[in-house]
Amino acid sequence: MSDKRTGAQVMCEALIRNGVEVMFGIPGGAIMPFYYAMWEYRDKLRHVLCRHEQGAGHAAEGYARATGRLGVCIGTSGPGATNLVTAIADAMMDSTPILAITGQVGSHVLGKDAFQETDITGITMPITKHNYLVKRAEDLPYVFEEAIYIATTGRPGPVLIDVTKDAQQATIVPDWNIKLDLPGYKPNYRPNLKQVREAIKLILSAKKPLIIAGHGIIMSGAVEELRAFAERTRIPVITTLHGIGAFPEDHPLSIGMPGMHGWVHVNRAIQECDVLFNIGGRFDDRVTGKASTFAPNAKVIHVDIDPSEIGKNVKVTVPIVADARLALQAFLDEFPADREAFADLHGHASDWMEHIREMQAKHQPKQQYLNRSDTANMSLPPHDVYAALTKALNSRGNYRVVTDVGQHQMWAAQLIDWYRPRTHITSGGAGTMGFAVPAALGVALACPNDTVWAVCGDGGFQMTNQEMATIVQEGVKNVKIAVINNGYLGMVRQWQELFENKRYSGTPLSGPDFAKLAEAYYWKGITVEHTSQVEAAIEEAYATDGPVLIDFRVEREVNVFPMVPQNKSIGEMILESPHSS
Amino acid sequence: MKKHTIVALVQDRPGVLSRVVGLIRRRGFNIESLAVGHSETPGVSRMTIVVEWDDVEQVVKQLYRLIEVLKVSDVTNDPTVEREMALMKLHAPPAKRPEIVALTEVFDAKIVDVGANTVVVEMTGSPSKVQNFIDVIRPYGIREMMRTGRIAMVRGARGHTAEEYVESANGHAERVPVVN
Repeated sequence: MSDKRTGAQVMCEALIRNGVEVMFGIPGGAIMPFYYAMWEYRDKLRHVLCRHEQGAGHAAEGYARATGRLGVCIGTSGPGATNLVTAIADAMMDSTPILAITGQVGSHVLGKDAFQETDITGITMPITKHNYLVKRAEDLPYVFEEAIYIATTGRPGPVLIDVTKDAQQATIVPDWNIKLDLPGYKPNYRPNLKQVREAIKLILSAKKPLIIAGHGIIMSGAVEELRAFAERTRIPVITTLHGIGAFPEDHPLSIGMPGMHGWVHVNRAIQECDVLFNIGGRFDDRVTGKASTFAPNAKVIHVDIDPSEIGKNVKVTVPIVADARLALQAFLDEFPADREAFADLHGHASDWMEHIREMQAKHQPKQQYLNRSDTANMSLPPHDVYAALTKALNSRGNYRVVTDVGQHQMWAAQLIDWYRPRTHITSGGAGTMGFAVPAALGVALACPNDTVWAVCGDGGFQMTNQEMATIVQEGVKNVKIAVINNGYLGMVRQWQELFENKRYSGTPLSGPDFAKLAEAYYWKGITVEHTSQVEAAIEEAYATDGPVLIDFRVEREVNVFPMVPQNKSIGEMILESPHSS
Repeated sequence: MKKHTIVALVQDRPGVLSRVVGLIRRRGFNIESLAVGHSETPGVSRMTIVVEWDDVEQVVKQLYRLIEVLKVSDVTNDPTVEREMALMKLHAPPAKRPEIVALTEVFDAKIVDVGANTVVVEMTGSPSKVQNFIDVIRPYGIREMMRTGRIAMVRGARGHTAEEYVESANGHAERVPVVN
């Protein structure tokens, strides 16, 4: 090959230079030159043809969330690009590094309502970390380098590059001698040591300290540092929805999930604590409840790489802008060498933990939740599915669980035992129904040796289940789908039951026979209607060398408890349905 | 809600104005005025934004999330020089002209065009002085008016040169590898 390349070839080479191996997308008119070029690079750059661009976006997210590496998705101009929007917004909310590449109409017709023209850079401006419209092939090497750098550094996020068709077609001699010029983008990774010492002083004098471990722990790879920090200080550790896996739940210092569907003892502990050390979490409103009533007695230490998160929802005493891993390392380095310095803290922390465990024993510990009295007469309470699934995951190991959004998602977070980072992957901030099936595809390609369980509700499953065909076409065998099928948009129904006098407006939901649907997609499909069939079905799923869907037809009106009503203090939890007792 | 004056240094790239405005629009605030132009350093623009805001600190932080934003300052409580220009086409039949000329002189405004029945007046000054002049001249009949919006600069040696931000970019942020 000479030095000359088309813009489309430059795009492929830029991706390969940045370590990209897999892309998820759908071709169309304005992106055809890129697909034409892609063929030459297919040994290094695998293209996965999805069935909908939203699926491509979520698959890229799943790939990124499972690995920490960049996920790449592709769409053509117009509807191809707008179909990516939901996944891009989801990645923005959950700080997921993805690169969306879209084709655009020729630069000479830009802005003239050409066929399949949409202003996708305008549309995605508020839901991307940054985006680009490229009209000249010469700009492609720099833009791709900068875009990938921005997506994967600092607080990761989605970046979109919109490339006009003529820029993809033009022939140039690319200049790969790239020096990034980003005077306005300088993520601060290293913590200010003065602030760290200030925080240590607060921690050492605390009587009721707590750690909240968020997504930042997982993204920065700080799991070992967090464990060392917790063991050194003996402070109880809370893991948020996205912090699940940052700290093993069988560790004696782990107390579980906070927030709207967090455990009572966790939320009560937050309301009682005097020092709250949040590392890598953003005090989302699903964690804080009514923010003005959150942790009223606590001095807050907040470590976040994004300065705009600090002080946004909760008043902070010691702000630390830093990478979570480097911050924790700094804490470990700056801790007093003298073990005596920890004596008071350890004494208080031990009493405090005892108090938390007492609350936990009183208010529904996890195991009790698996055997609630009000589920005794049901043929298949959803909790039985999770109990069996947890058992299977623990005994077999090597798993990833991707959840969708709704009741089944909260049950998964509550009831499965979580030990390792990146094993629990879900749509948190955006709450995107339809996330799980396509995301599981991305996870499965990234982790070929793991069994990937997509746990969905029947509502979310019906939004993106066409990616089952993609999974078959790509020869992906390590995906199993568990549909927690209750015939409702269950979480909305739960709110209607609890707060809207059971007016089930728009929530009863029918579907096809999911097992037959699976068979139509050349999957194995299994229907489970009774608790006695659950374990055998999961065993069969594992025994099958290929994708399997299990339709768990669970009790229709079961609620997720505990629950904090929206905009209430997390001290005010509902523990069971008013009519069930 | 309090009126705030924000001064921002931004890289001069396509779309940067849209990004800044979009961030403010997202919160449903109305921009009272916005002035943008080149700064002393090539490739860097300076913006002055006037808007009614509650938690200006949070919006300043959000603005910093934009890749092209170099520096944002809320100068509302700083000693500043603030200027605005207005061009006004006034209804000015010959009989009324002496009065209009007299008023423009009092306010240090300038008549920059004279037509058969109109004059165009250029008024530059602090925003309040410009407003005063407009109030006084309005009864004569303003046919067209264009205001530039406020531009602001912090007095004395304080404030920020664009250069310091561009130069500090050499050797950009370190990349911390993720270990897992």
